[in-house]
Amino acid sequence: MTKTLIGQRVLRNEDPRLLTGQAQFVDDVEIPGLLHAAFLRSDHAHARLLGLDVSAARERPGVVAVFTAEDMGADWEPGPPLVSPPPTAKDVLFHSRRQVPLVKDKIRHAGEAIAVVIAESRYIAEDAVEDIVVDLEPLEAVVDLEMAMQPDSPRVHDDLESNLAAHLFQKKGDYDAARKQADLVLQRRIVIDRGAAAAMENRGIVADWDEKSQHLTIWDTTQAPIPIRNGTAARLGLSENQVRVIAPFIGGGFGPKMMMFYSEELVIPWAAKKLKRPIKWIEDRRENFYATTQERGQIHHVEIALSRDGHILGLKDIFLHDTGAYDPYGLTIPLNTQCHAMGGYDIKNFTTEVSVVFTNKTLVTPVRGAGRPQGIYVIERMLDAAARELVIDPVEIRRRNLIPPDAFPYEHGIIDQAFSPLILDSGNYWAVMQKALEMIGYEEFVRDEQPRLRKEGKYVGIGIAPFIESTGVGPYEGARVTVEASGKIFVATGVGTQGQGHFTTFAQVVAEQLGVAPSDVRLVSGDTAEFHWGTGTFASRGAVVAGNAIHAAASIVRRKVLELASKQLDTPEDELELEGGRVRVADIPNRSISLAELANLANPLRGAVEPGTEPGLEATAYFGPRYGATAFGTHAMILEIDPETMMIDIKRYVTVEDCGTVLNPLILEGQIHGGVSLGIGNAYYEKLHFDENGQLLNASFADYLVPSATEMPRIEVGHVETRSPLNELGTKGVGEAGTIPVPALFAQAVENALADRGLEILESPLSPNRLYELWSRKEAR
Amino acid sequence: MATTEPTLHQLFDLALTVNGTRHEQAVEPRTLLSDFLRHDLGLTGTHVACEHGVCGACTVLLDGEPVRSCLVFAVQAHGHSVTTVEGLGSIEQLHPVQEAFRQAHGVQCGFCTPGILTTVVAFLAENPDPSEEEIREALSGNLCRCTGYQHIVDAVRLAAQNMKAAPQQPAR
Repeated sequence: MTKTLIGQRVLRNEDPRLLTGQAQFVDDVEIPGLLHAAFLRSDHAHARLLGLDVSAARERPGVVAVFTAEDMGADWEPGPPLVSPPPTAKDVLFHSRRQVPLVKDKIRHAGEAIAVVIAESRYIAEDAVEDIVVDLEPLEAVVDLEMAMQPDSPRVHDDLESNLAAHLFQKKGDYDAARKQADLVLQRRIVIDRGAAAAMENRGIVADWDEKSQHLTIWDTTQAPIPIRNGTAARLGLSENQVRVIAPFIGGGFGPKMMMFYSEELVIPWAAKKLKRPIKWIEDRRENFYATTQERGQIHHVEIALSRDGHILGLKDIFLHDTGAYDPYGLTIPLNTQCHAMGGYDIKNFTTEVSVVFTNKTLVTPVRGAGRPQGIYVIERMLDAAARELVIDPVEIRRRNLIPPDAFPYEHGIIDQAFSPLILDSGNYWAVMQKALEMIGYEEFVRDEQPRLRKEGKYVGIGIAPFIESTGVGPYEGARVTVEASGKIFVATGVGTQGQGHFTTFAQVVAEQLGVAPSDVRLVSGDTAEFHWGTGTFASRGAVVAGNAIHAAASIVRRKVLELASKQLDTPEDELELEGGRVRVADIPNRSISLAELANLANPLRGAVEPGTEPGLEATAYFGPRYGATAFGTHAMILEIDPETMMIDIKRYVTVEDCGTVLNPLILEGQIHGGVSLGIGNAYYEKLHFDENGQLLNASFADYLVPSATEMPRIEVGHVETRSPLNELGTKGVGEAGTIPVPALFAQAVENALADRGLEILESPLSPNRLYELWSRKEAR
Repeated sequence: MATTEPTLHQLFDLALTVNGTRHEQAVEPRTLLSDFLRHDLGLTGTHVACEHGVCGACTVLLDGEPVRSCLVFAVQAHGHSVTTVEGLGSIEQLHPVQEAFRQAHGVQCGFCTPGILTTVVAFLAENPDPSEEEIREALSGNLCRCTGYQHIVDAVRLAAQNMKAAPQQPAR
């Protein structure tokens, strides 16, 4: 290889199809005889279902069937648990209550599916939903997290003694002993509220049961096609080989499409098999706000103990976590929060305790960040408070506590979301933070510019927030790499793709090994007919886990290519090189053989082969890390606040990321930009407003404000590269890095801008209205 | 057609031009233009993401002007000309705006992209040399969850430069 492809700004293989409207999304699937589904959903958040009359709906012309829980008979059962509670944690309490296909007796959140209409068109199906008569007894809703834990609160699940879904305690060191030695102990109550993932594509599913071949094909907007296949087969009494799940182009995932099985994923394949007709269901945006999972709701009671010089002696974080009406996703989010509440800091004594709470709200599963932003918010808010109390510069107090480069691997002694020990594998944290400080010009701004602007009456503030991101967790992913007879390369992997550029970055990894152009590598991801081992795209793990599996498979194919070429060219392997789709003798470029010729030689149509020969130039390989690779980064921003409208103008936004080996800087920057935009939404625009009845008051894009191009600043991205020792490529994930520190950063910069009133921010999301409320309560100093 | 049939279901004989091809088809008056394009004509490049005119994903050009096809009934396009993303360019021959989006990595998941492309084609026809602020203003009616808009803004700038250097035929 004369030049490396890893780290190049390679343009994306998938773009021409996406840019011309030729890429297939789930709603684009068209099958002769396709029927359309619409769901009747509950208007109430908490109610007993007393009766359902679907007779008028069944009689409407064009309606093929209407199904209720009763109609499902013995096939009605709750979805399987997605993630079981951690077996490695002691004293963990966990009540598993899973979502149901259709409500049988009690409604537990607004938008829960009660019945489904299958009709000749979606228009008719929606008309027929209106025909259904529902008899409900409304119940008092459980909405507020703290009230839900009161003994007299109504209960989401009647068979439980309270709304406590789970409880998990973890500790390292001895916090109480550390506290006794402290010069300063600070306590704060921190409230973080819910937001939506708001992928532009809503969810959808098409199921096609072919009676003659006894085969079910499902197109699903899922981040986890293989588990969907296996679970669907099990529920329907089919062999896994009778079910093919395809996750085609997906219009953004961001976590909620990792949730499984949604009610619709339980109902639609079942109905298609029952009716022996293909059925399509496409979620509308209002349904998406009610029925697609959400995240972030937590209330923390935090205590931090420090020495006079700003060293953190210990941290204690007791918090409530809102899981919504059911808890199929186990403890992933609160475990992430616990693992990020220490940030990148050397904290020896840590106690953390979470109570997971059932509420009459939409289910909670990871949304880009997945508990990490809350953990980072907690520690960064406490450090800002400590810096003020101790009169230490906010950067300096962080520098004093960051884990030093010689302390890696740094073992925390608690478990992470994958139930592995939390070990930070590698890093050079201060170097990253320093680079961010340089890029934003921290010293000059604080020394010269800010005082000058303040004199002009401008409310300008600066923030700088470091963070860790646990990424690339197990268990494993796999891939198959094949040199085809054309000499082009085919790669199949199990992880689905939702816009991350897998068709290109994975092609680069393969092309690097096999000496072809990335455009000569064709990748299929998320089709169980092509590859059927794997878990899914989550936890910023695609580039790490699938990437390294692909690298491993490509490396084996490379060895096979060299072995065969060595025989054909009568040259030792170490004198051969792969370039331009050919293997050639290093010093004699015209003695060469093409990959196409080699592929054909490896798969002869006639003649004898040596015993034990495997045909083709192909290999399948898997990668499972011992534990996740932890990335590090720092974001910095300068903003100006208009004190009359509390609108915020972001003057500068800098991020410095260390995600190990960079596969493609262009795609990496795109990931960061998008992550920051969700983070800015989380920090200042996006909040799901549930009223006391559990009704979502802003269930549309007109009322729920996703940042647009005019809210987004230009983002300057810097890199530091500390390879992960946990995998051959040296990669760490970066998918969530853009989002994680933004609310913490925002709070810091807003406090800094409004320092004249001594405002302290202890909640997220903020909004112009909310900030004005907080600000007006404070007198100018 | 029976006079007793409710108006809702009386079919309307729709005739319009889409991407240069004339189509005649009977549709229910309540059929949205977005559904007509996607399901009746199979032009699935136009994507629907909010169904209430906020996100811009379903934007198409109606006689060259950007409209939200989820807020337009198919019958309102009777006698008019519609351009969808499929009418801009092909995989073999991308439109300069499409090519700029590829060069600048202005697309990630690609779901909002068709509506952004049609919006930008109309915008650059009106303002061939926009500032970054004008570009952001022009994009503010289109939501994208993946890109943070930065590479989209870069793509629009690049498209403007390239199109100034080599002027194009207007879209069909």
